[in-house]
Amino acid sequence: MNDHIATLPPTPAGKKYSGFLRRNFREYAMFLSLLVIMAFFQVQTEGTLLMPLNLTNLVLQNSYIVIMALAMLLVIVAGHIDLSVGSVAGFIGALAAVLMVQHGVPVLLATVLCLLAGAVIGAAQGYFVAYHRIPSFIVTLAGMLVFKGLALTLLDGQSLGPFPEIFQKLSSGFIPEVIDSDSLHPGSLLLGCLAAGALLLLAMKQRAAHLRHGMEEEPTQFFWAKQLLISAIIVFFSYKLAAYKGLPNVLIIMSLLIALYQFITNRTTIGRRIYALGGNEKATRLSGINTRRLTFYTFVNMGVLAALAGLVFAARLNTATPKAGLGFELDVIAACFIGGASASGGVGKVMGAVIGAFIMGVMNNGMSILGIGIDYQQVIKGLVLLAAVWVDVYYKNK
Amino acid sequence: METILEMRSITKEFPGVVALNQVNLSVRAGEIHAIVGENGAGKSTLMKVLSGVYPHHSYSGEIAFAGQPQKFRDIGDSERLGIIIIHQELALVPQLSIAENIFLGNEPSRHGIIDWHQVYARTRQLLQQVGLKESPSTLVGDLGVGKQQLVEIAKALSKNVRLLILDEPTASLNETDSDALLELLLELQREGITSILISHKLNEIAKVADRITVIRDGMAIETMDCADAPIPENRVIQRMVGREMSDRYPPRQPAIGDIVFEVRNWHANHPQHPERQVLKDINLQVRRGEIVGIAGLMGAGRTELAMSIFGRAYGKRIRGDVYLHGAAVDVSTISKAIGHGIAYVTEDRKGLGLVLHDDIARNISLPNLARVARGGVIDRTRETGVARDYREKLRIRCAGVTQPVVNLSGGNQQKVVLSKWLFSQPEVLILDEPTRGVDVGAKYEIYSIISQLAAEGKCVLMISSEMPELLGMCDRIYVMNEGSMVAEFAAAEASQEKIMSAIVRAGSEK
Ligand SMILES: Nc1ncnc2c1ncn2[C@@H]1O[C@H](COP(=O)(O)OP(=O)(O)OP(=O)(O)O)[C@@H](O)[C@H]1O
Ligand SMILES: [Mg+2]
Repeated sequence: MNDHIATLPPTPAGKKYSGFLRRNFREYAMFLSLLVIMAFFQVQTEGTLLMPLNLTNLVLQNSYIVIMALAMLLVIVAGHIDLSVGSVAGFIGALAAVLMVQHGVPVLLATVLCLLAGAVIGAAQGYFVAYHRIPSFIVTLAGMLVFKGLALTLLDGQSLGPFPEIFQKLSSGFIPEVIDSDSLHPGSLLLGCLAAGALLLLAMKQRAAHLRHGMEEEPTQFFWAKQLLISAIIVFFSYKLAAYKGLPNVLIIMSLLIALYQFITNRTTIGRRIYALGGNEKATRLSGINTRRLTFYTFVNMGVLAALAGLVFAARLNTATPKAGLGFELDVIAACFIGGASASGGVGKVMGAVIGAFIMGVMNNGMSILGIGIDYQQVIKGLVLLAAVWVDVYYKNK
Repeated sequence: METILEMRSITKEFPGVVALNQVNLSVRAGEIHAIVGENGAGKSTLMKVLSGVYPHHSYSGEIAFAGQPQKFRDIGDSERLGIIIIHQELALVPQLSIAENIFLGNEPSRHGIIDWHQVYARTRQLLQQVGLKESPSTLVGDLGVGKQQLVEIAKALSKNVRLLILDEPTASLNETDSDALLELLLELQREGITSILISHKLNEIAKVADRITVIRDGMAIETMDCADAPIPENRVIQRMVGREMSDRYPPRQPAIGDIVFEVRNWHANHPQHPERQVLKDINLQVRRGEIVGIAGLMGAGRTELAMSIFGRAYGKRIRGDVYLHGAAVDVSTISKAIGHGIAYVTEDRKGLGLVLHDDIARNISLPNLARVARGGVIDRTRETGVARDYREKLRIRCAGVTQPVVNLSGGNQQKVVLSKWLFSQPEVLILDEPTRGVDVGAKYEIYSIISQLAAEGKCVLMISSEMPELLGMCDRIYVMNEGSMVAEFAAAEASQEKIMSAIVRAGSEK
């Protein structure tokens, strides 16, 4: 019984590329669509989109969506959904305001308390989903109503602010510069270049390891094209940001979180188990994995990141309003699905969700600059979501 | 006899795999045509091409049915001509009744309103034809696999079938059910229905087939006529695997030691109906280096026993004790059971064994991620290395260990499930139908692995509905019936007749 696959003649190069492209179509397509969308709005807005000031805004506006999308991706991969994240974010913002503004609780302590509150909220919802097998759709729909209501109660229907200055820095601050300069912030530029270099080195190291063990599939040209493009983009954007006020603090937080979640999903046992859980819960349980506890923790994690997003948002507005967080869940969930997550669980990538979030963000921002009304914005975003998933399904069935 | 089906130079490729290579197949009207071949040889793929699951532009070659060239775009096209396929994995909706399943998608109706009278009347008639004594309103989920198989056939008959394709219909049936099904095939043949039968059970093929086509590595090797003179099994096997195979079971010198694994006074109740007792006072022992079989009919409670021991994966109100090396151990959760060195290889590989869209390597490492990880970080290289080892050892046929298991043939999926548990290096290995849907050559390999484990001093508990396999491999055989142990035989004194009569006796004592 010889292995007839091994004796197959080597595939010609052209075929190899197309095969690889077909299998990884999604990742490249996503990334390219983001670039295309950016280019489109850059032209349409006559260059406003990529102006340093607007770019900074774009990052700030999008940060809380990205942060929540990271945790939402895990929830979706585990085969669930969380509709409550917008309300939870709003509620935590309100809680932060009550603690810091009304009661004068120190900023650090209040922040920790808010994150803890997020964890408790996630735990409560996760408890019902994991241990009582109530569908997450229902549990979090209930949570959405509950926390929207609680936010209103907490704030008495009023806005509450302003926050202490140090807390505002969370969103509106920029990394400190060694050399003060008004035109270009060299520290920020340097940090961006360093990050690009580090990423490139890391990718090269990983590729070398994979090649050594015959695990690499990506053709060399693709690898370099992709990596150089990514490096160039990072350097370009940090240059742009450096030309305004430098790298925003929240960008640093966001980047670290993205790296962390990328690592968790790709390399750790816990990440692997979440994917298996979403792929086939029974088989995963019979493999000795405590699937209930795992589900529970994905919701705790979601609660914490929703709380963090709530804090970032509150800090950015500098007030807590009862309306904060309204509809965030839609952007967050859409980001994950645009990014290729599967509604039936087990499939999805962190980078996909991040790119998905930025696609939503760029569209929000670009359309606002163009003066397109909120009504049409919704229509367009809805159609983009549908189109992205449609293309996905189409290529999967081909 | 006239030819009803002619497939010419069919070639079908998947990325990295040539599944079918210039295959020719011709089937005569009214015959039972068997297709045999190793796991992954391309049998199911050929049938999917024939039935339009793979539409006509996705392969090359020609199909002629009843003299007409055909280009099926989907299953609907082939069904309209009376080509009906029953897939390797049953495709019934468990929550619906027999009648609803049979007429699903083609309900007798007027203006969109279902004519239930007709549905039930015709279902009754069809059930009688296939010899199934059940009410049309019984839920399919409440039926055993054997009866579900008959429902599938009834469904095919409801569509005016001319060519019936059965892909491993008896893989999960016991002998009685298999015999009934084969008898039905012969009955249908008398009514003029042509069938194509794929099976790894050569004795069944010998019983019913008129001709046999052997497929190896995606190529049709030979078509043999066996209507008049039976063809020796060894010759078929030789054509299938491409070499001589003298023995079905590897030679073994059992070296049996002390009792290692013991279950005492084990009781369990049904998970949905907790008042119903499913397992009654079970006692069993396995010694060091021993292979112990559990025989019984479908529904005897063997899988339930294994799963309830394996961390209470089945059942409610479980009572009883498990001993390892004479000491009681806590196996109340699956991870504890695994921790004590117990592994359970499920019979339901798709539902309970595999994460289908994950690749081979990830499936194998899943229960033992800790062994390919350091500090919670997975070492992908090590993981792939492990998977490659097992690919080699068990000869898993795949394009690479990063191939998703969903694309593997049924038998190769089974090998992945087995690898997954071999990798956890268990002390007690519970195998539930370990060779279901596995070809003769691969069976031999799996048997070799089992006897090697025993030789290393492990305990093996093997549940199987194939009695020859139990008799060929085991040192001792327990017989279960309706949730109780009813007999125990040493290998030397066991025989198929004795086991069957023990079951019958236990049944009639009730
Ligand atoms: N969708 C697919 N994508 C990639 N490869 C596939 C796909 N379907 C089948 N294959 C490959 O084609 C080959 C033939 O598979 P097929 O299912 O026809 O085998 P089989 O003869 O039915 O085996 P078994 O007896 O195990 O059921 C296998 O190597 C399998 O891995
Ligand atoms: Mg098959």
